[in-house]
Amino acid sequence: MTALDAPPALRRRRSPRVALTRIGIGALGILAIAAIWELYKAFGPADGVVIGDSRILPRTSDLAMPHIVDMVSRLFEPVTRADGSPPLWLEVSGAAAVTLGIAAVGWVVGLIVGVALALVMVRSRLAESSLLPWIVLSQTVPLIAFAPVVRSWGSKIEIGAFEWQDWMSVAVIASYLAFFPVAIGALRGLQSPDAIHTELMRSYAAGWWATLVKLRFPASVPYLLPALRLAAANAVVGAIVAEVSTGLRGGIGRMIVQYAGQASGDPAKSWGPIFGAIVLGLVAAGSVALIGGTLGNYRRAEVNS
Amino acid sequence: MSPLDETTDAVVATGVGKVFPAGNVTALEGVDLVVRSGEFVSLIGPSGCGKSTLLRLIADLDAPTSGTLTVFGKSAEKARIDQDYGIAFQQAGLLPWRTVSANIELPLELHGVGKAARKQRSAELLSLVGLTDFADRFPDQLSGGMQQRIAIARALAEQPSLLLMDEPFGALDEMTRERMQTELSNICAETGAAVVFVTHSIPEAVFLSDRVVVMSPRPGRIETVLSMDLGSASERAESLREDTAFFEMVTAVREALHQGAPARGVDDR
Repeated sequence: MTALDAPPALRRRRSPRVALTRIGIGALGILAIAAIWELYKAFGPADGVVIGDSRILPRTSDLAMPHIVDMVSRLFEPVTRADGSPPLWLEVSGAAAVTLGIAAVGWVVGLIVGVALALVMVRSRLAESSLLPWIVLSQTVPLIAFAPVVRSWGSKIEIGAFEWQDWMSVAVIASYLAFFPVAIGALRGLQSPDAIHTELMRSYAAGWWATLVKLRFPASVPYLLPALRLAAANAVVGAIVAEVSTGLRGGIGRMIVQYAGQASGDPAKSWGPIFGAIVLGLVAAGSVALIGGTLGNYRRAEVNS
Repeated sequence: MSPLDETTDAVVATGVGKVFPAGNVTALEGVDLVVRSGEFVSLIGPSGCGKSTLLRLIADLDAPTSGTLTVFGKSAEKARIDQDYGIAFQQAGLLPWRTVSANIELPLELHGVGKAARKQRSAELLSLVGLTDFADRFPDQLSGGMQQRIAIARALAEQPSLLLMDEPFGALDEMTRERMQTELSNICAETGAAVVFVTHSIPEAVFLSDRVVVMSPRPGRIETVLSMDLGSASERAESLREDTAFFEMVTAVREALHQGAPARGVDDR
């Protein structure tokens, strides 16, 4: 080995200090939002800011904008005044867990459908040009419009002992939002190998499946991971919206609507499930990030998307 | 590898032509070429002379539109499926998620060679290219020259009787390039494989080859074939680069190139 052959600087690894700084900046961001909230509440006009007929900034009353302290401390008070009523955070966590479960099912279904569609499109150009526009178009259909349709179709399904449950409709709708980024990300990823790599596989007389397993799938990982994170967030949003529009009980979507109805008497309470929904989205996206952590070597050519 | 008859020619091209339908471009016309078993043949010529196209036809990455092409007496397709050749391109083309040894083992893995045998073969090849200490590194931790050596080791993994190389040192700096040429020369002496080597560096072609095929563009065809008579690969050492015979051959190749179309795009390096 001579100096000429020395390897270039090894890949930069994230040092613990950098990680701490990132956490610090994240926390600072949350604090900044809390500060803006309280400052506006203290100094903003009582009737909000109205331009023409539309109010572009809210009223600063306790009803519209409770104090942060109240919203947080409300989480640790009982849900209702009835005896033995659990604290609000526990009730919210329970509902969030239900929604997370449904969203997870939707995410898995979306993953399977998305990857399957991408495989079909990679296999044939004709399939790509005929399927891709429909996949893009599918996301323009308003969720609220077809959620009741899915529910009513689902309720007609009955195969032997199997009976369609309402939560399944919600999972289907969640998967409808989740499959899209997966299909697009997987398609881009599976098509990402350079000509040199596909020609190399051809020179090895490797068939379509062998090329898929040894080349296309590993090459798609850096594209698939951000897509899966996006899909997780989409599945959560889809599940919450679908819970509201199909009227499914037990999840956090229903709880948001229900508590919002009680907001006049207990304004801080309605923020509980909203915080729950935010944490839910973070947990879902974070779980996917953990999956990504185990695939480090496939991310050596990481792309940002 | 099926045992090959020593007397079978590695590549026989007869009247080979290639027309790309897009724009009706004639990339090659009437190419007759024989590469004998164990022979090192360089294809040299300006950009657009079809030297890479000819290599791709031999590799069965493209099909000729006229003429016949056989590799070890079989069709190019059969030779590809039988894994009679190993190939290396200008880019190393290593898979970034595989370690160095896993990259070398890729063709063996695809053809069902057992794990122990694969490990043994990649260890042999790594010592051949002098990178034993880097077996568990990843490609992004290696310099360009090291990556290219791994790519050559990978091309040799299945002990091919023919090595196809498309400007494998084209992206390397001059110093690394010369050292790689010496190394390749030694590897060829050791393995006895025939080599078809595309380059546009005249000294590189002269240093490595038994014969240099000079090509000219529009349409791509063989202008002339020059024998190098500089001794067998095993006898070639760094000192050859300063030998008078070497310079004479460099001049001969350059003149042959200039007789054809204006030899633009050819390096005198």
